Amino acid sequence: MSALDHSSLAMGLADPVFGSQLVFRTLLKAFAAPGTIFDLPETISGVPEQLPSAAAAALLTMADYETPIWLAKPFESIRPWLVFHTGASSSREPAEAKFAVISAEHSDVSLSSFHQGDERYPDLSTTLIVVCSSLEGGRPVTLDGPGIKDTIVFAPKDIKPALWAEIAENNALFPLGVDLIFVAGAKLAALPRSTQISGDF
Amino acid sequence: MYVAVKGGEAAILATHDLVAEERRGDVSVPEISVEQIREQMQLSVARVMNEGSLYDEDLGALALKQTQGDLIEAAFLMRAYRTTLPRFGSSVPVDTATMAIRRRISATYKDLPGGQVLGPTYDYTHRLFDFTLMANGEHAPAATAADHSLDAAMPRVPDILGDEGLMEAEVPPQHDPRPFDLTRDPVEFPAGRDVRLQTLSRGDEGFLLGLAYSVQRGFGGNHPFAGEIRMGEVAVSFVPEELGFEIDLGEITLTECQMVNQFKGSIEQPPQFTRGYGLAFGHAERKAMSMAIIDRSLKAREFGEAAEYPAQQEEFVLYHCDNVEASGFVEHLKLPHYVDFQGELELLRKIRREQKERLAERKEAAE
Amino acid sequence: MICDQDQPKVLTVLDAKKDTARQRWMGVLARASAAEIAGLFASLEDRPDYQIIKRPETGTLMVEGRAGGAGQRFNVGEATMTRCVIRLTDGRIGFSYALGRDRVKAEQSAVLDALLQSGDQRVVVLQNGIGALERTQKEARELASRKAAATKVNFFTLVRGDG
Repeated sequence: MSALDHSSLAMGLADPVFGSQLVFRTLLKAFAAPGTIFDLPETISGVPEQLPSAAAAALLTMADYETPIWLAKPFESIRPWLVFHTGASSSREPAEAKFAVISAEHSDVSLSSFHQGDERYPDLSTTLIVVCSSLEGGRPVTLDGPGIKDTIVFAPKDIKPALWAEIAENNALFPLGVDLIFVAGAKLAALPRSTQISGDF
Repeated sequence: MYVAVKGGEAAILATHDLVAEERRGDVSVPEISVEQIREQMQLSVARVMNEGSLYDEDLGALALKQTQGDLIEAAFLMRAYRTTLPRFGSSVPVDTATMAIRRRISATYKDLPGGQVLGPTYDYTHRLFDFTLMANGEHAPAATAADHSLDAAMPRVPDILGDEGLMEAEVPPQHDPRPFDLTRDPVEFPAGRDVRLQTLSRGDEGFLLGLAYSVQRGFGGNHPFAGEIRMGEVAVSFVPEELGFEIDLGEITLTECQMVNQFKGSIEQPPQFTRGYGLAFGHAERKAMSMAIIDRSLKAREFGEAAEYPAQQEEFVLYHCDNVEASGFVEHLKLPHYVDFQGELELLRKIRREQKERLAERKEAAE
Repeated sequence: MICDQDQPKVLTVLDAKKDTARQRWMGVLARASAAEIAGLFASLEDRPDYQIIKRPETGTLMVEGRAGGAGQRFNVGEATMTRCVIRLTDGRIGFSYALGRDRVKAEQSAVLDALLQSGDQRVVVLQNGIGALERTQKEARELASRKAAATKVNFFTLVRGDG
């Protein structure tokens, strides 16, 4: 009779309290040092295979029933897992989402279609999790801005030139605009809206 | 400007020990248990749950024990505790029409379907001390039970008048929107009905009572009737996202008050009765009644009434009815303000010095 | 500012108004005291093996009301609640949700929910136990109602003046 199939469920974070604190701490550090790659311990069992463990950790830590989540096509099947562990509802429109998961390779949704925040509450904008195959070895871009001493080179794989262009436009909207978390496997790096991007993309 | 002060750790720790001893009182008197407070001080527990905005009778009782019965300090403990908990969701709106009634009265209708049920009330007591409670305790009290239970259907009184079209309708707005939550978003003005009702629900009973009294005495210009007061248990249910169907979580005690007020009508609307609504945790009748009177007076804007009186001014009422906020701001005055005060003192000395000099100059000039 | 998810919410609620056997026993378990649940749990002849999927966790539920009883929704205040999810070795998942903060009750209730869904022979004993709890709860409600009924009143209106 249940609306959802629970047969494949497993426990989320092995230690929900300290586990999520550790992930939250790492996310704070990542946003404080844009473009720097951080490792998350793989403590989550039963994560759907489409989802890198770093993305799963970030979602389990940040999402709850008050944060509607938008999932790009390749991730739609993780919905039951996500709902079970976080209680988060699905958002039909990208602009309604607090969080979103997109694929770097198959991205066909523009950043501007997500919630951009408003003048009084810029914090309301969507935070996007961008799933890549690796955070290194891709076409390099140069990052500059708050939290970066001089400049830093960031080269996640699979990012299309159009997405870099959009990220640059997103930065121009500051203090509005979305924040991005790039994930691959158990690694993540953050790119807040305040970071400037330059390079040949 | 705020400047931090340092030190005093030993003294502060000593206050914790001292207040613990004061709380316990004379150790030759048996210690009161949380269960005793929960069972025997239910109305205080209800007030703490309301103003602490958290329904949990055990925690309400613990809060009272821990604060020596200081209701506002106890509400503060409830508020502080709830901030440490994750929010699992929102209930399906409670349906007070299905309440398991323990008290239900109407001051407007003598004979109503289901009848008038006085229930556990102090209304008809003589307000004389019962010294047996002090001397040797009471004998296990036993309430009389009637042969039959109350009627299963106890319609809400305003719904009866509503059927004749004489009562302002209470219908959900289009799409039945999710209500505003002041624990998540800042209150803005003009405030919607949901914002007003949530704020009043957690508001200080004394403040709301005083304001409601002011309305009745003429500082608000409407004459309320207690259309209905009902108290009893209501089921709380919830639809967890992960299950997708509704689940009964148990029940809570609620007190509901529907105030009925005169309204002369307008060009668009024929004269009809208007309504004020109060809903409170536990048995909290004074709170629910005061809330209902103020809910109505805050509708001044909607009815095109001049908002001349305090109880009609939403910014005044909503910003000042929260006793945890109010006591925080009033009581912070006792914390060290040495630097601010030193600044004021310096300024005053300077002004006086200058005034003295000016007077001296003037005197010199005059001579 | 919560995103506009009003419509799907309302739909879920309307959809979910099915009074199934499972909804009924989950309600009975939620309303039972910790001691009653422990008693029911202890009555199981052999303890089932299970794995915890979501540890017993206490949080809050925002209790909503409606203006006038039937009008605009508003938040009355929160209530504590505790939930738990377990899985039996046969794969069945048991859920529990109840007001209050009792974690042992939450875990035992989740196990009972899983057992009640299975075709296990223990289920008959359990179903009887649930039936007994349901009766106790009904009797308590009726007694409270009869006590209230003893205070039912008819007021007479007296005409003032020369009448």
